[in-house]
Amino acid sequence: MELALEGITKRFGSLVANDGIDLVVAPGEVHCLLGENGAGKSTLMNVIYGLYRPDAGRILVDGRPLELTGPGDAMAAGIGMVHQHFMLVPVFTVAENVVLGHEPTKGPKGVGLLDLAGARRRVRELSDRYGLAVDPDALIEDLPVGVQQRVEILKALVRDAKVLILDEPTAVLTPQETDELIAIMRQLTAAGTSIVFITHKLREVRAIADRITVIRRGKVVGSADPSAPENELAALMVGRSVSLGVTKAPPKTGEVTVRVRDLVVRDHAGTRVVDGVDLDIARGEVLAVAGVQGNGQTELTEAIVGLQDAVTGSIRLGETELVGLRTREVLDAGVGFVPEDRTHDGLVGTFSIEENLVLDRHRAAPFAKGPALDRTALRANATQLIGDFDVRASGPEVAAGTLSGGNQQKVVLARELSRPLQLFIASQPTRGLDVGSIEFVHRRIVAERDAGTPVLIVSTELDEVLALADRIAVMYRGRVVGVVPADRHENLRDVLGLMMAGVPEAEAVAQAAAYPSEVEAAAADAGDDPVVTT
Amino acid sequence: MSTSAPAQPTAPAAAAAPVERSSARPVWVMAAFAALALLLFGGFGPAGSSTFALSGGGAAVSLPDLPLPGRPSGWVIGLACVALVVVVELARRAGRPAPRWAVPLFAALWVVGFLVWVVAGQRISLVGLLGGGLVLAVPLVFGALSGVVSERAGVVNIAIEGQLLAGAFLSAVVASATDSAWLGLLAAPLAGALVGLLLAIFAIRYLVDQIIVGVVLNVLVLGLTNYLFSTVLSADRSLNSPPGLGPVAIPLLSNIPVLGPVLFNQSVIVYLMYVAVAVVHVALFRTRWGLRVRAVGEHPRAADTVGINVNRTRFVNVLIAGALAGLGGAMLTLGASLAFGQNMSAGKGYIALAAMIFGRYSPKGALAAALLFGLATNLQDILSSISTPVPSQFLLMAPYLATVLAVAGLVGRVRAPAADGQPYVKQ
Ligand SMILES: Nc1ncnc2c1ncn2[C@@H]1O[C@H](COP(=O)(O)OP(=O)(O)O)[C@@H](O)[C@H]1O
Ligand SMILES: [Mg+2]
Repeated sequence: MELALEGITKRFGSLVANDGIDLVVAPGEVHCLLGENGAGKSTLMNVIYGLYRPDAGRILVDGRPLELTGPGDAMAAGIGMVHQHFMLVPVFTVAENVVLGHEPTKGPKGVGLLDLAGARRRVRELSDRYGLAVDPDALIEDLPVGVQQRVEILKALVRDAKVLILDEPTAVLTPQETDELIAIMRQLTAAGTSIVFITHKLREVRAIADRITVIRRGKVVGSADPSAPENELAALMVGRSVSLGVTKAPPKTGEVTVRVRDLVVRDHAGTRVVDGVDLDIARGEVLAVAGVQGNGQTELTEAIVGLQDAVTGSIRLGETELVGLRTREVLDAGVGFVPEDRTHDGLVGTFSIEENLVLDRHRAAPFAKGPALDRTALRANATQLIGDFDVRASGPEVAAGTLSGGNQQKVVLARELSRPLQLFIASQPTRGLDVGSIEFVHRRIVAERDAGTPVLIVSTELDEVLALADRIAVMYRGRVVGVVPADRHENLRDVLGLMMAGVPEAEAVAQAAAYPSEVEAAAADAGDDPVVTT
Repeated sequence: MSTSAPAQPTAPAAAAAPVERSSARPVWVMAAFAALALLLFGGFGPAGSSTFALSGGGAAVSLPDLPLPGRPSGWVIGLACVALVVVVELARRAGRPAPRWAVPLFAALWVVGFLVWVVAGQRISLVGLLGGGLVLAVPLVFGALSGVVSERAGVVNIAIEGQLLAGAFLSAVVASATDSAWLGLLAAPLAGALVGLLLAIFAIRYLVDQIIVGVVLNVLVLGLTNYLFSTVLSADRSLNSPPGLGPVAIPLLSNIPVLGPVLFNQSVIVYLMYVAVAVVHVALFRTRWGLRVRAVGEHPRAADTVGINVNRTRFVNVLIAGALAGLGGAMLTLGASLAFGQNMSAGKGYIALAAMIFGRYSPKGALAAALLFGLATNLQDILSSISTPVPSQFLLMAPYLATVLAVAGLVGRVRAPAADGQPYVKQ
């Protein structure tokens, strides 16, 4: 089936998220939609899937206009979608999730008794046909994200989707899992399904796409063949020619001042989410923790800053033991922390920028005047930092919640980096940022390293890890699989990808040599290095 | 681009995770209860025998009394409890789940021990105790079911209290006016559903905080019924003298010793309750409707993306929930053959809410918790008429205390539906 969009426009208030978009998805093709964060890709897909109503434009299926009142209509028309944030009920089984909204029933008419046996059979059948290896009886909350994603694909398949939309499907996968996904996609297209594949990662596009459409700020700015050079695509996507951000000097590593020993963190159910972690960080180096989301990285950083309750083991910062200290005391010991969710944990959205900039220091001089705040000092501080960190806002009194993601992150960074630090921790420092902001954030982090601060980065994006790290610790199921210096292996990306699935370093090196990943191979074929690491 | 997909080396089977032993907390709670049993029921057990009359309530077969010697039964039960603790702990050490019967048996033994202790050498009728407890539990069961139906769909139903009261009021008035208890019984769910409708409109349509709407509705119904009671109903007393729906013995079943008169010689509303629990259970867990309702309560956006109308589902469920609680209200008037009285629900709606939570948002659990609460209330009523050394305030408190401890220790964290109380706004 052929899907065509004509002049789709979608506004959120004054923001035009999609601006007259035309797009044709041919039968059986993989159509890549490439664009930066915030370009409007998800919005467009939600329009096709009937979740948003377009303000203008129409959708054509095989030349006939399609009226959508909701996702039900889209599914009936053969459109399936795997959302960027999965739409699965965590306490349901795979089979229940797959058939939800489309349930086979048995027994007397009108009663609607669920035919779960039938649902299970159907899941097993489709799972076997496309090699998905999904157990219909598993609970979603027990499954790794890679498998959850395949459940989402099953949801579309069970409804006979002819067009499958995958919204940033690789964001949560290891490189090897990405290869598996590509294999699945090949099987689907071979069976006649078309796929709309959304991404902001250039390096994947070449391995996957039959056709590429680039959108920027809600508009289609061009289309290309997969053979187009990467820097051309990058320039289209970002709107200016980009040269990759961080150029960093080799680290001037000093003494080790951060020592984590046998750190165990338990969640509320008593499970060891961090399970005996040992780490050292030296002055002047960036240690990056890589791993698929949910393998204990978040809890590790939160344990260091005192945000986790059930922590045993030791975290020494110089002579100070951090385990058991309250967060306030940890911060006073010289730890700077950029949490992974800036809008929830990094800022108070309704407070002004200048207030957010002193959240950690408002109690003491120069910002406190007796029990009151010294507004003049706050303003001076804000004006200074807004300049230094290039925060784009109409003024220091603007509520932080109204800023764009990149500018919010700059405010958090400005606050955390504006006092002398003994340890700087940043979790997912550039998630959801545009290329310009990513460059800026990365440069500030490297500058902090060069000033001699030990830096701990947690990132699920391998590109980011590779761009920043001097050494890389890979976490899997709460443990550190291995710590790898950034210059040890030629095919570091493949090695790390395998380690992210729990394979020890030595074995990973052997496997990576035997089976180089496809995306890597495609990038190497093209003969140019990735220009943008986003 | 390479064309053949190379066979991927499979990731190693997850390094065999160490046998994750379940938490020791349930065992500690059980041990504490067992120790309490030994100490209170054994050590401080009554000297004489506590006697339980087994017949009565019109049972066909007349049975002899069952005398249980106070202190010796206390010791036996206490030791049996200790044995069960050992069984559970051994299973835990071996990394196996405890036998399914262990905890229920423990609870049953403990309740028997408790009864022997509090009856303290007196004589009470077991049939009266259980049957009366069941009657008192009926509004709680309906209320808790109402909560289950509403909250499983993601709407917090604080208005159960008001729905019970409205059901009690309208059923009494309609039954009196038409001189038909059956028409009264029909009116009760309508009254409850009407309160549910208001809740649905404000909470779902206008996104007012669900807890606040619920509380306001409770106050509204209380005020309205008080007003009507002191004006209309006291002016014309014939409007508040409903015919009752007294006990109806079910042939054969009601002849079973002890259980017959307890379960099968009751008002038709009690039989409706059996049906309601079974129907809600099956509907929620076995049907398409139930799967959708639970999806809406857990992850409404996911439900929306597969074409389920979230807010319509919620709306319908809140109406059904109101009707169920309204039916429970009829038990207070018609089922007990009583006229309507001011504030007749007297907080039962809130107890029902507690029963729903202790029952982990499941119909069966809610039934069990409500029965326990009803039984406890009845026990306290009965004991206040015989002389027992245990202070009555303690008796009133005991079941709730025990439930809280049991839930905290044995059931573990009660997980509410993930989207419970959160309005769903489409983009
Ligand atoms: N529901 C919404 N309400 C208001 N603004 C939105 C909403 N969804 C997306 N946006 C805005 O629309 C723009 C495009 O977002 P999105 O489609 O998610 O981008 P992409 O998926 O390409 O990263 C962004 O500026 C985003 O902030
Ligand atoms: Mg998106």
